[in-house]
Amino acid sequence: MEAVTDSPAVWASHLRKRYRKRVAVDGVSFTVARGEVLGLLGPNGAGKTSVIKMMLGLVRPDAGEVMLLGRPNTDPRSRERVGYLPELFRYQPWLTADEVLALHVRLAGVTVSDRERRDGLGLVGLADRASDRVGGFSKGMQQRLGLAVALVARPELVVLDEPTSALDPLGRADVRDLLLSLKQRRVAVLLNSHLIGEVERVCDRVLILDRGRVAASGTLAELLGRRSLRLRLTSVNDEARSVLGSFEREDDLYTVDMPDDVPALVADLVEHGVRVHAVEPARATLEERLLDILRTHPEEHR
Amino acid sequence: MTVLTIATLTLREASRRRVLRSLAVLTVLLLTLSAWGFSRIDAEFGGLTSGEAKVAGSTVLNLVMFGYSLIAALGTAFLAGPSLAGEVESGIALAMMTRPIRRWTVLLGKWLGLVAFGSGFVAVAGVAQFLIVYLTVGYWPPHPVTGLLLLAGQTAALLTLGLLFATAISPMASGIVAVGLFGATWIAGVVGSVGEALGNPSVAQIGVVSRMLLPTDGLWRGAMNAFQDPALLAQIGTGVEESPFLSMAPLTPAYLTWAAIWTLLVLGLAALGFQRRDL
Ligand SMILES: Nc1ncnc2c1ncn2[C@@H]1O[C@H](COP(=O)(O)OP(=O)(O)O)[C@@H](O)[C@H]1O
Ligand SMILES: [Mg+2]
Repeated sequence: MEAVTDSPAVWASHLRKRYRKRVAVDGVSFTVARGEVLGLLGPNGAGKTSVIKMMLGLVRPDAGEVMLLGRPNTDPRSRERVGYLPELFRYQPWLTADEVLALHVRLAGVTVSDRERRDGLGLVGLADRASDRVGGFSKGMQQRLGLAVALVARPELVVLDEPTSALDPLGRADVRDLLLSLKQRRVAVLLNSHLIGEVERVCDRVLILDRGRVAASGTLAELLGRRSLRLRLTSVNDEARSVLGSFEREDDLYTVDMPDDVPALVADLVEHGVRVHAVEPARATLEERLLDILRTHPEEHR
Repeated sequence: MTVLTIATLTLREASRRRVLRSLAVLTVLLLTLSAWGFSRIDAEFGGLTSGEAKVAGSTVLNLVMFGYSLIAALGTAFLAGPSLAGEVESGIALAMMTRPIRRWTVLLGKWLGLVAFGSGFVAVAGVAQFLIVYLTVGYWPPHPVTGLLLLAGQTAALLTLGLLFATAISPMASGIVAVGLFGATWIAGVVGSVGEALGNPSVAQIGVVSRMLLPTDGLWRGAMNAFQDPALLAQIGTGVEESPFLSMAPLTPAYLTWAAIWTLLVLGLAALGFQRRDL
């Protein structure tokens, strides 16, 4: 039976998992569309890794269902076109880098030429270490190898659990380029990263987990929606303040909700004797938004 | 297909880890030692013609073969642990198990690889030993192939148990527990044969029960029986039954069947345990 190709890359419904008494994941549902890049965010222990492991059939959920690329994840074939870089990345230390890739190609049941495999190692900067034993690799090199492993079997869904945790700045830039090229090739990506800047740059949508639950989710535009206007002003008197309405102030930097007519607001301020030094549109960064969500979400469900 | 891939991988692991080198060193040591021992026996008795010399020769051969079976058992049990539990603990299993494969095929592949490794070792070391005995005292065991097969079976039984433990506990612990049980049943077997010799059925029962619970000792006794001179029993009669390195009777088909069922059962349990395990 052929899998339906217009089914989402991931469909997860009401996942639940408890370890002894601790509830790690508590009713998480989400989808990743084909070719979409979903960012998975949340503080340590929020349940991100647990969600990923349940999704990939590594951990048995207490409840919930998952479909991968149109097949239930209880069917091993659902993982035929899935690549995974675990948070805990280790590869057979007695094999060479190239042998690790060859092993994964064989297990995935695809045919990938030697050349393609070597190109994959080149992509993560390990071209000259292809025939070295993995046992002698540094942590960062093993994470690079893990990226190559995740990408080697021509995946349609790539799951990356903190892919840059051990990488140098150059490696992080490489990963960003890799993500952008995956996005261009319409490979679906589930990215769990603490580098929010990266997430903001590459992700179409974001899912924020907190204490095992979905705290927020949506496209970047939806999450960061409240656009605002930042003005640098001096000589602000009371009348001018009433013109501004509700605002946040930091020295001479005033932030207000984006008005319908920016020139009118500026003209109004000037009329009240305010000196206007700068006017720029601003948007809350994902980081601010994330902190906002996590902090206004206090002890309610412990 | 996956099974074969994993079996080859396991063999490659065994050949590249330090286990193989330690095994080789131990084996060469034992071979040299036994070559010296047999040449002493030859000098002492002037060949294996007298009944006494045959008892001595058979006992020493079985003693040395016990050494190999111990090496094989220890080696594979300590390979089985790291190979499964170690991969889960270190995280190697994570990326591998997300490939489109079923967990039991991985377990079966590992088992096959380990069995091949253990059997290969038993065959090489055993044949080398037989040659040494033949060259020093001119003795060739009556059923070498049967004996080696039984030794391989013993190794397989123990490493299967090691795999079962590895699905539940840490890699080192699984090896230690498996080898500990192996030693315990061997001792229980010796105790049992002492009970037989003394005509004490309740003590003899200990050996019988332990051989049912873990068939390593039973298989080992069958192997001993295949290595020793069949004329031995007739010549010396009873009275040597309490020796842990002589065996009076070949194995019954029923026991062999039980040993095979036992191994498959334990393997099935291991597969079940691995299937249910969170990685
Ligand atoms: N194997 C495990 N045994 C016990 N508790 C676990 C295990 N794995 C995760 N947990 C618990 O589940 C919660 C979520 O963990 P995890 O999914 O790793 O979080 P994250 O990846 O978001 O940091 C944590 O409280 C953690 O302690
Ligand atoms: Mg995590």
